[in-house]
Amino acid sequence: MIEEEFDAIVVGAGMSGNAAAYTMARQGLTVLQLERGEYPGSKNVQGAIMYADMLEQIIPDFRNDAPLERHLVEQRFWLMDDTSHTGMQYRSDDFNEAKPNRYTIIRAQFDKWFSRKVREAGATVLCETTVTDLVRNAKGKVIGVRTDRAGGPIYADVVVLAEGVNGLLGTRAGLRKMLKPQSVALAVKEMHFLPDEVIEQRFGLQGDEGCVIEAAGTISRSMAGLAFLYTNKESISLGIGCLVSDFAKTMESPYVLLDAFKNHPSIRPLIAGSEVKEYSAHLIPEGGYKAIPQLFGDGWVAVGDAAQLNNAIHREGSNLAMTSGRIAGEAIIEIKGRNQPMIRRNLALYKTMLDKSFVVKDLRKYKDMPALIHTNSRNFFMTYPQLMSQAAQNFMRVDGTPKIEKEKATTAAFIKARSRWGLISDVVRLALAWR
Amino acid sequence: MHIVVCIKQVPDSAQIRVHPVTNTIMRQGVPTIINPYDLFALEEALRLRGAHGGEVTVLTMGPPMAEDALRKALTYGADRAVLLTDRCFAGSDTLATSFALSRAIVRIGETFGAPDIVFAGKQTIDGDTAQVGPGIAKRLGLLQFTYVAKIASIDLDAREITVKRRSEGGMQMLKSRLPCLITMLEGTNEIRRGSLDDALRAARSQIVKWSAAEAGIEDLTKCGLRGSPTVVKRVFAPTTRAEKATQIDMTDKTQHGVADELIAAIFTRQPALEHELAFDGGQ
Repeated sequence: MIEEEFDAIVVGAGMSGNAAAYTMARQGLTVLQLERGEYPGSKNVQGAIMYADMLEQIIPDFRNDAPLERHLVEQRFWLMDDTSHTGMQYRSDDFNEAKPNRYTIIRAQFDKWFSRKVREAGATVLCETTVTDLVRNAKGKVIGVRTDRAGGPIYADVVVLAEGVNGLLGTRAGLRKMLKPQSVALAVKEMHFLPDEVIEQRFGLQGDEGCVIEAAGTISRSMAGLAFLYTNKESISLGIGCLVSDFAKTMESPYVLLDAFKNHPSIRPLIAGSEVKEYSAHLIPEGGYKAIPQLFGDGWVAVGDAAQLNNAIHREGSNLAMTSGRIAGEAIIEIKGRNQPMIRRNLALYKTMLDKSFVVKDLRKYKDMPALIHTNSRNFFMTYPQLMSQAAQNFMRVDGTPKIEKEKATTAAFIKARSRWGLISDVVRLALAWR
Repeated sequence: MHIVVCIKQVPDSAQIRVHPVTNTIMRQGVPTIINPYDLFALEEALRLRGAHGGEVTVLTMGPPMAEDALRKALTYGADRAVLLTDRCFAGSDTLATSFALSRAIVRIGETFGAPDIVFAGKQTIDGDTAQVGPGIAKRLGLLQFTYVAKIASIDLDAREITVKRRSEGGMQMLKSRLPCLITMLEGTNEIRRGSLDDALRAARSQIVKWSAAEAGIEDLTKCGLRGSPTVVKRVFAPTTRAEKATQIDMTDKTQHGVADELIAAIFTRQPALEHELAFDGGQ
């Protein structure tokens, strides 16, 4: 029997859990954080790009000691077919600023650092401890948790569910539904070791500068998916993810897609001679605004991936996680300050604050995007990339064909593939969903 | 009774990498673990505490980050953790390490009560020498049992202990006086999962940190690089070689038939071997 009662128990030590635990512990709340992994970060998988602004709002001077890999100065977007890529590229020396905006990180190291900050702020962090159940009182309010260790339960005024995308605990407790295959992507990733000077040479980088490639096209074999390549200090992270429902439909294997991506003529030279350091897989919430579950209840709130807060269009997840964790922590501090109970009515403050933040505003902006992209995946991920590629090659290749005929051929190819109305409707629907 | 368990934080050998260019071990970012052999020693100590009462103190020497290993040992249920950490210990080989640890154990005895048993793992997975345990025993004048498979009995009143020890060609039952030093064999027990109370206590415990001076070590010439006569001449990655496996069809063959064919296959590849074995009188 654990006599002690905590102000808050945080389930999970990823971005959202750490943000929540840190925010509350710093304000003097007694916080217990429970993590099932061997150490914080051991089970956490991300690309990973970390957005400075959202972390600054939690730990302003994080740059002093956080394990950051490279700050990003260049972003490439690629539309790929089987032999080529058509790209858009943005590089700016403006990103070489005193306080850069985006960094690549390695989560195993970053999360360890973040967790150290959480402990320094005064929270108690237990690893290798899986929360198995929520404990409720006679009125149904969540009052604590049970774990897979002998002893307990442990009680707290409020439980913050930061347990990640699968949300096993919340689902088991009936607080949310099982994930739908069409609103979650499965991504696989590898880390390839390369000496830093090789990375700098291949991507034209200096010092801690970093480069990001994000690619879509025939590599996802007509499924709704995205591939990426991020430069770390001494390694390259690359991976590919597609909707689980698409994997189920096509019976494709994620590792086959990753192998094909690695062997694509545009990617292969970038990772040549590298040694695979680790591989991992992760589910990514893709449902957007319409998939957000209930975020609070009597004695509990849900944050981060556990609350499906992920912006698939802008490929942002960890910043929504950090921000939702911070806001949940602030809401709990506020309620505690008023000496009010952690019941549903009061915890609604979390939702109110979150609605006002960029987290919900961004997701609402793109609320129709998932449905559009996911139901027309063949057009967006197979047909258009191929057409783009053909058009580009047609434009580049000099073979004596009169230019007017080349242009006509390109236009004809687009119309043949999608028809005039199809093209117009895709443009209009994309524009509307983006608006 | 008071039991001291010596543990070591080692790189997780499953995740270690050799630098493709320089051939050196890349320790940066490699996760660390408690030397797996030490866990058998720790579990045995916790079991003895359960049966006979008393306290278990874990001790390690290492950089400040070795605190993680000690905290983990506390999570398993150890009562107290001591970290011997000082820049002057850097570069210690087994001689210098066993010297420093033996001094620390004396200081632990003075501070928390004299130990009845000092435990160590069979060996570490990074050095593989199996020298530090015996080195400590020698310096403290303790009787030592290496490769212990089982502690058969302890009589605290008579100050006697009986252990089962693996030796060349069999098992020995040995009886001796306490105090003594024991290095535990692997596979002899399974490390427990600490309770929620243990985990909470471990997360909040202050780990005792001693510098060389605080551990009562005055002769610094016996510490660290200066006290380490071992010289590493070269580190290299073994070259990989690929040899084609030969398949021998085993269907419809008796045991003797299989053995005959196997020996014939070996002798075909190694004609010299056949010659040598025949002259040695091997059948």
